[in-house]
Amino acid sequence: MASTVVVDYGMGNLRSMAKALEHAGAGDVRVTDDAETIAAADRVVFPGQGAARDCMSALHAHELVDVLGESMVRKPFLGACMGMQVLLAWSEENGGIDLLGRFPGRIRHFRHHFTAKDTGLKVPHMGWNRVRQTTSHPLWAGIDDGEWFYFVHSYYAEPDEDALVLGRTDYGGPFASVLGRGNIFATQFHPEKSHDAGVRLLANFVRWDGAA
Amino acid sequence: MALAKRIIPCLDVDAGRVVKGVRFVDIRDAGDPVAVAREYDRAGADEITFLDITASHQGRETIVEVVEAVASEVFIPLTVGGGVREIADVRRLLNAGADKVAINTAAVHHPEFVAEAAERFGSQCIVVAVDAKRVADVDGEPRWAVFTHGGRRETGLDAVDWARHMAGLGAGEILLTSMDRDGTREGFDCALTRAVSEATGVPVIASGGVGSLQHLVDGVLEGRADAVLAASIFHFGEYSIAEAKAYMAEHGIEVRR
Repeated sequence: MASTVVVDYGMGNLRSMAKALEHAGAGDVRVTDDAETIAAADRVVFPGQGAARDCMSALHAHELVDVLGESMVRKPFLGACMGMQVLLAWSEENGGIDLLGRFPGRIRHFRHHFTAKDTGLKVPHMGWNRVRQTTSHPLWAGIDDGEWFYFVHSYYAEPDEDALVLGRTDYGGPFASVLGRGNIFATQFHPEKSHDAGVRLLANFVRWDGAA
Repeated sequence: MALAKRIIPCLDVDAGRVVKGVRFVDIRDAGDPVAVAREYDRAGADEITFLDITASHQGRETIVEVVEAVASEVFIPLTVGGGVREIADVRRLLNAGADKVAINTAAVHHPEFVAEAAERFGSQCIVVAVDAKRVADVDGEPRWAVFTHGGRRETGLDAVDWARHMAGLGAGEILLTSMDRDGTREGFDCALTRAVSEATGVPVIASGGVGSLQHLVDGVLEGRADAVLAASIFHFGEYSIAEAKAYMAEHGIEVRR
């Protein structure tokens, strides 16, 4: 049976993610911070919540940067929420912080995204919003274009390349809510909290061979 | 196309059991939080809120077990409130599978607790519950004060200023209950809801007083609420979540369906 690891670096509750993956048919699911276990796994789920600075220092403290880097080259890799944001190069959160730099681009606060007409929009962007699929992808199988997913975030991704964007969501104008390339698929929303559509996405992930 | 307004059923839990009766469908055990949550999830609820009303200290661990059991089966956001006083309480509930924790009385006694919890766990999971009651107008303008202990104890704090202050300290959301309307079925206090929603940059959940579907619409359109919380109209099967969403959609409100 193929194994899936949920990377635990102390940033938030991972129980829901592990349970949702089991529910999606992942079989062997382990929540771990052990680099060897991550290296040995067939697929990697990289969640996370909280502040960018804390996430990056936790990754360094748990000595996970190298093994994550290797996983991102080869295995089916799913980032979610902060686990998507840290794939970019830099975030303006916490006064500016370097991220993992897998994808060129940066993370910015929503205030930069809003225009004068958006004054009523709240931050965090919290709740259910639609995701427009900008390209076909194995992980979109069985999921409607424009399906609802659950979001909670105050910062958003601005990738340098449009080709990295797999989905967009409208909050004061469209922003990149799903990024990916090759074996990496990363969502700003929480699939583990997005009801049937989220579980379907996870089910697609655990069957995915990593080819886009 | 926009962020959907949320409908949140709220369940009172005492020593691990749902109380005040939930009769909206035939479930074998209407006191079982997992069964009730599963039904609401299936019915299309956008989130579920558990309010722990357990009085005894010994009984308090039961809510953690409830959250663990529900989070293992229900894949929509869960908020838990009631008796959250320390960082350790927040951590326990989040680790059990809660997505958000609501802080009420402890925020009034120790506002820095909200800041510390938000700093530690992120604003996205820290909700401050504000129980407000109308007090004497000032210069002809309505005023509301923050109350604790189920509306019995006035704090002297202005509810709108307080909500703004809480958001400034890091609360990611405000759960706003009108103590004047709670249990009346007369509808939300929309003036209060609007004042708080416009004063804070964070989402506001309106609570207290829902007796009809029009009240949900009023809470969003007049009160500018980002989410509406209700208990009895759903629990007793008067309306389904689907009916509520259809009604809101007919009135031009974006909902997830």
